[in-house]
Amino acid sequence: MSRIILPLIGLALLAIVPLIVTDYGLGLLIGAATYVTLASAWALFSGQTHYISLATVAFYGTGAYTVAVLNETLGYGAVLLCAALIGGTIALVVGLATLRLRGVYFVIFSFGLAELVRQLITWYEVNVTGTLGRYIFLDITTRQIYWQMLGLAAITIALTAWIHRSRLGMALRVIGDDETVAAHSGINLARVKLLAFVLSAVILTLAGAITSPRYVYVEPSIVFNPTISFLTVIMALLGGANRLWGPTLGAVPLFLIFEWLSSNFPDSYPILLGLLFIGVVFLVPNGLIASTERLLGKAKGARG
Amino acid sequence: MTRISRRAALRALSICMTSTLAFGAGSALAQDGPVKIGYAVARTGPNATGAGITTIPNYELWVDTVNKAGGLTMPDGSQRMIEVVEYDNRSANEDLVRSIERLATQDKVDLILPPWGTGGNLAIAPLMARFGYPQLAVTAVTDKAPDFAARWDRSFWMLGGGHDYAGGLVDVLTKARDAGTINNKVAVVSVADGFGIDLITGARPAFAEAGFELVYDKTYPLGTSDFAAIMSEAQGSGADSFVAFSYPPGSFGMTKTAQSMNYNPAVFYISVGGAFPIYPGVADGKAEGVMAIGGVDAESPAIQEYFTRHTAFVGSPPDSWASAITYASLEMLAQAIERVGLDHAALAEELSGGTFETVVGEVKLEDNQLRDLWWIGQWQGDAFRAIGPADKTGAATPIIPKPEW
Amino acid sequence: MLSTTLILGLVLGGTYALLALGLTLQYGIARIMNLAYGEFTLIAAFLVVASFQHLGVPPLVALPFVTIAGYGFGWLLYQVMMRPLVARSGSSGRLEVDSILATFGLLFLIQGVLLVGFGANFTSISYLDRGIDVLGVSVALNRLIAFAICVLAGGALVVALQKTRWGLIMRAVALTPGSAPLVGIDVNRVARQGFAIGSALAATAGASISMYQTFSATGGVVFTMKALVIVIMGGVGNVPGALAAGLALGLLETFVATAIDPGLTLAATFAIFLLVLLWRPQGLFGART
Repeated sequence: MSRIILPLIGLALLAIVPLIVTDYGLGLLIGAATYVTLASAWALFSGQTHYISLATVAFYGTGAYTVAVLNETLGYGAVLLCAALIGGTIALVVGLATLRLRGVYFVIFSFGLAELVRQLITWYEVNVTGTLGRYIFLDITTRQIYWQMLGLAAITIALTAWIHRSRLGMALRVIGDDETVAAHSGINLARVKLLAFVLSAVILTLAGAITSPRYVYVEPSIVFNPTISFLTVIMALLGGANRLWGPTLGAVPLFLIFEWLSSNFPDSYPILLGLLFIGVVFLVPNGLIASTERLLGKAKGARG
Repeated sequence: MTRISRRAALRALSICMTSTLAFGAGSALAQDGPVKIGYAVARTGPNATGAGITTIPNYELWVDTVNKAGGLTMPDGSQRMIEVVEYDNRSANEDLVRSIERLATQDKVDLILPPWGTGGNLAIAPLMARFGYPQLAVTAVTDKAPDFAARWDRSFWMLGGGHDYAGGLVDVLTKARDAGTINNKVAVVSVADGFGIDLITGARPAFAEAGFELVYDKTYPLGTSDFAAIMSEAQGSGADSFVAFSYPPGSFGMTKTAQSMNYNPAVFYISVGGAFPIYPGVADGKAEGVMAIGGVDAESPAIQEYFTRHTAFVGSPPDSWASAITYASLEMLAQAIERVGLDHAALAEELSGGTFETVVGEVKLEDNQLRDLWWIGQWQGDAFRAIGPADKTGAATPIIPKPEW
Repeated sequence: MLSTTLILGLVLGGTYALLALGLTLQYGIARIMNLAYGEFTLIAAFLVVASFQHLGVPPLVALPFVTIAGYGFGWLLYQVMMRPLVARSGSSGRLEVDSILATFGLLFLIQGVLLVGFGANFTSISYLDRGIDVLGVSVALNRLIAFAICVLAGGALVVALQKTRWGLIMRAVALTPGSAPLVGIDVNRVARQGFAIGSALAATAGASISMYQTFSATGGVVFTMKALVIVIMGGVGNVPGALAAGLALGLLETFVATAIDPGLTLAATFAIFLLVLLWRPQGLFGART
């Protein structure tokens, strides 16, 4: 039972924190919750299948942009629903076409996808609507944004937990190990991969939509910032992308370290960030969780 | 390496000097402690270039100048040093917004200076309004400035909008056409982002109204590096005037391409980057007659003194468009503090209604906007001189047609 | 106007192809997906500009030195940073992910060093940019030089890879790194060489880019993306493929800019790229199975 109760208590505590922290504390919480959501949603698909996707920002940006386009015509709930539908549809179309790509081809494809979406939106806005740069004026407080993002993060993790135990999770793991074996054991490769990809994409899109009121002003070059895709991958891998709490354990500390670096060393921030990345790859290759377990295992004398 | 370390050394030196000064000056300083001024600017990412040219050097120059003079003067005549709290916003609005929250609620700084760029200034505007800080948004070109000034009454918009610049350009071209120097055909290209689109949507009706025909009118994506095809089309279009609403990489690339293909329109106009000090070097010393957005009154002693000081401190002269305005906004801030102190409401009121003496001359905002601006300038001799609005004091006479490359 | 489009497109394509040659070697032979590739080119570009502005060394004179330095830099980097990753991954597919992550860190590291060293300003020099008449079309001399460098470097590589024993070994490692040791090939040495030559080519490309293009310390990722697109289109590790794909891309962009809309050049690039990936993931000219 503690597997369910402890997270719930944690969630409840996190939900009341904004009542006591400063605005900056709240900003930190939102940032951390956003990256926990992004990294977990990314791992939902990529963690098990080992398809490294750099398309995170394609969906995240689509979500933000949808809000920017629709926020004056539709209610907030309807806008979120639209964003989810659009993100899901893009993922479905793209997934149908691309999920047979493997390895680095998929990596590069997903990166190209984000750029293509951005270029097409830009071209459409410039030539069809004649405006570039949209405004989001919504009456949503920072706390509400935080609660929504926290909720989304919780849903993502719960969903991941459920998938890990379900047939879908099993199928994804087999695909990650060996696609040929998976196909031979009767797994409908296309359907399983597509389902996980679309789920993950919908969450990513919603995350973009939820944070967008904080931007106020939205331009394709602002919301389709490729750094977001890279950070998401790094965070998930740091913690361990195939573990339930891995992305969370990667996202929170990295997010805080970035924040600390950029405020204390604004001049040399990129250098330190680069060293940190390289350090992660060399020192914790399998993610923090796996490394910790190995250390503990060694200490206790080879346990499992 | 040298640039930064020298700057750091200067900063350290100025702190040393001013702290000894402070000891000498006695009690007035010691009681109040420094005025904390915070800013979150792009040190990394795509905005780092713009911030690194226009925003950061001027903030540092101003802080250095003020502190060397003993600090900010308060209404009671006492002086307080400036202490800077600086964050890197990583060119991401999410990080920028959080940094502002941090400056306001964690560091509790006395004043916040804005970041570089239209998007950044808009992203922080609601927060600045909520925390009550006055926002001197300089590097934001937007036609919606009047709406924003009304929506956030402590925000000040100081660089005009796309329509203004387009109008200034069309005025210059209209005069030249009426004088028979150029034909009524114009080739125009614009970069596909908020800035370029703002300008081109302002320019199209202005050109049409003035009776110009846009024979070539295309946009190109941000990140385009090759302009051979575009320039070749423009050259073949039969237009006497070439207009680009562009960013520095585009402005520079188009200049070089035009030179190499010997494209010599009577009017060659580019946007951001044209007023940069490195432009004559980019144009291989043949910048004479090139028009661009912005401009300064190069004959004004205040501007000349500012250019000298900037060059000595930063190592290069400022750009001739937004840099001087950025510096002027800080001078306004210092003078407003001297008159009414650090109270945000009083400060905002003073900025809104007061008259200030700055490097760009006497400044008085209209509806929280700086409207007395130069819209267009031209390289003449070794300086980028303002040529429009033509009736503003200090305007130079445009040279049309531009001498051949 | 067709001849104009053709010539401008070919010249542009030549500069693209030159940019991609190094990456295709690094990825094809050394199996390192180098996301910091664009930063490699930037280092060279900044060095060339600095020696031009402060020491008066003409870029064309600096170019061979930068190329040699690029080789040394790549060699060292492979030995210090990539080799342990390769050793660790063994025959598993980890190297791909590890190299992406490690070079992503390298990207930031180099960008930070460049920012500290050269500042955030746009850099642009004026060197040999007078127009040269090519079949009635005026093309900048520095672009033509870049095109010539591309043809020379690409041609030399193609010949070396196809006709020499060294090339045979390189190709063997590129095709089957697992079985190359069986025939007595020191895979580590060959991979190191591939990576170093790739870096040298990146430096060459950077030096020629510095002659005609405006760049800044934060713009490396644009070069990486362009090179990646070409590498994938040409087939990974396929030098003639990269040359052809680079030229094709230059023609495509110029054609789209003149005949359709300059606003769609980048969209067209990515659309074609995605189509190629879907239709022929081994690349348009890829022979690999």
